Amino acid sequence: MTAAAFRHALDLVTRVRGVRGAMLVSGDDGLVVAEQLMEGIKGTAVAALAASLSGRLRRAMEAAGVGVSVFWHLQAEQGALLVVSGGGSGGGGLLIVAVAEPDGNIGLVRLGLLGAGGGGA
Amino acid sequence: MADDIRALSAQLAQDPQSLVFLRLGEALRRKGQLDAALRVAINGLERHPHLADAHDLYARLLADKHDYERAFDEWDMALRIAPSHTGALKGLAFLYFKVGDVAQAEAHLEAAQRHEPDDPSIAQALAMVRGGVSPPAPTPTAETAPTPTATPAATAPTAASPLDESRVFAGLEGAQEGLLLLDAAGRVLGGALRNPAGADVADAVAAYLAGVSQEAARTAKLLGLGAWGGLSAEGQHGNVHLAQPSKDALLLVVRDRGVPLGRLAILAQRTTAMARRWLERQG
Repeated sequence: MTAAAFRHALDLVTRVRGVRGAMLVSGDDGLVVAEQLMEGIKGTAVAALAASLSGRLRRAMEAAGVGVSVFWHLQAEQGALLVVSGGGSGGGGLLIVAVAEPDGNIGLVRLGLLGAGGGGA
Repeated sequence: MADDIRALSAQLAQDPQSLVFLRLGEALRRKGQLDAALRVAINGLERHPHLADAHDLYARLLADKHDYERAFDEWDMALRIAPSHTGALKGLAFLYFKVGDVAQAEAHLEAAQRHEPDDPSIAQALAMVRGGVSPPAPTPTAETAPTPTATPAATAPTAASPLDESRVFAGLEGAQEGLLLLDAAGRVLGGALRNPAGADVADAVAAYLAGVSQEAARTAKLLGLGAWGGLSAEGQHGNVHLAQPSKDALLLVVRDRGVPLGRLAILAQRTTAMARRWLERQG
């Protein structure tokens, strides 16, 4: 993907109402590839934790026989973290990560993430 | 009263599957022995998870202890099992009034009255609510042992395993195939999990999930999102939901893709409440 393609992918997510920011993260090492985050969000640390959680979930879900995780959603009191696997090489691939407000439309964010990742709903 | 309690305790000891726990729990409650009553109610619920009256008893005790949130869940559960359960309807009315939702309180009491039009306590509670006065805390509708609403399969005695682990999720939909309770170190506490080929994968999945709750908590904290409440994930062939029934435990619910994430979250919520009760009892 080019820098322009990264920007386009993030735009697809951040234009959804209630999204506080989005990142592209390397699933293998948890490094930020590109980001559009609201000020105050610690992108580097969040990326590392999101990648680590993705890895644990992927291994657990594969062991459970439900296949590779295509989307996951961490619900919290004051918002949510949503992640899709954008494909790519290695076990982790590229992750598209969004941070959403508590009253955000999770369904729309999910569609935006899947669209950005090149997957269907 | 003390003699009654001794007699009821003896009856229950002789026949642990008996529904006499309902009368014993209520007798203890009326005597103010709430902790003993709670133990009786929880034991009864474990044996009769589909018995609406058992949830009603437990809810009354939780309400006595001012644990209104969990009391609400239990009365809600009682109504799911027995939609015309007047004890649960009155209990929910009591709670709705407490939070200032007079309309819902009235609606629940009216529903109760439709099912039991001759019950003077319902008419009295309705009059109080309409007059802006809190209805009395719910009491059981009858002093005699209520009629069980559980299915025979749900209440049939089962041979308890030495650790009683298989009963953590007793009575829940799919408890034998897609529910797993594990501790923070990735050890299985209860439930069972098999892959589509039928192989037992509980230990492997539990091991991979060790540390997930800590990472989820750190991530939510880092983002300023407060405490995390659940983690849903879509797989290619199935969906999973993770919840935290206690600080040191994690609950995993696995279903095929036919069960959407929203419905899975509701199922997980119910399961979490049951797991929490079991964990409290162990502690």
